[in-house]
Amino acid sequence: MTFIQFAFYFFASVLIFAATMVVTIRNPVKAALFLVLAFFSAACVWLTLEAEFLAIVLVLVYVGAVMVLFLFVVMMLDINLTRLREGFGEYLPIGGLIAILMVLELAIVLNSGGFSEEQFPRPEGHPETYSNTKELGRLLYTFYVYPFELAAIILLVAIIAAISLTLRKRPDTKYLNPADQVTVRKSDRLRVVKMPAEKNEPQP
Amino acid sequence: MIPLTHYLILGAILFSISMVGIFLNRKNVVILLMAIELLLLAVNVNFVAFSHYLQDTAGQVFVFFILTVAAAESAIGLAILIVLFRNRRSINVEDLDALKG
Repeated sequence: MTFIQFAFYFFASVLIFAATMVVTIRNPVKAALFLVLAFFSAACVWLTLEAEFLAIVLVLVYVGAVMVLFLFVVMMLDINLTRLREGFGEYLPIGGLIAILMVLELAIVLNSGGFSEEQFPRPEGHPETYSNTKELGRLLYTFYVYPFELAAIILLVAIIAAISLTLRKRPDTKYLNPADQVTVRKSDRLRVVKMPAEKNEPQP
Repeated sequence: MIPLTHYLILGAILFSISMVGIFLNRKNVVILLMAIELLLLAVNVNFVAFSHYLQDTAGQVFVFFILTVAAAESAIGLAILIVLFRNRRSINVEDLDALKG
């Protein structure tokens, strides 16, 4: 067993373990942490497939941003866990049966020979000078530049939607209208009062 | 070496686990969103595997776009969740029957 085989099977088993814990564990905070573990192991699996850029993006974007967002939301909400767990085991037998059947069916199809090692031999590794990032960038900015910009628009829409959904008007905020602020004149705000100067008497 | 089948079966197992997760946690919206993220991850594993074995980088570009859409989806989903919790003090799916006919 070569090192890359060991790495793949190790990361794959950690990934499956973490995914199982995500869907079965009681506490949503722990589920989010196991989801972090799952994404990290998936990034390691992708590294065995020489998709280095995507592996790092998965760690940075998912573990770094999306999972922190999940943890943030889960910790902010005060959730009544007992009510949410009602009927948890009710669908476990039928759900598990369907899942096992699905995996078996897919395994039969995948092992039927269409995806065998003769049909899809594992390619030789790229030379040291090959850069996965450079290759992806070349594709993204040439053939896929239009979808790339659409993706940017999707992200922009997501930002605007998330902010406008969670924005609320508070009556007690100290908000100033910038347009009013720049038109303020000195005479509106400042009043000069003339009064005689007082002599400072020394204290007895 | 590792055949392509093993990567595809890994994707299939991951997909099934997250599907069961949707069945089991059908009352908790947070876990539902997490299960959807896992479903998309399973799809991405397949894309990356095929991209490597066919020596075609286009698969990785697709993974890139799926990641973008998934991030946008989870951001909007969590925002909806926050608004929901603010209005109803609950994230139980059973309480969300305002659209009931």
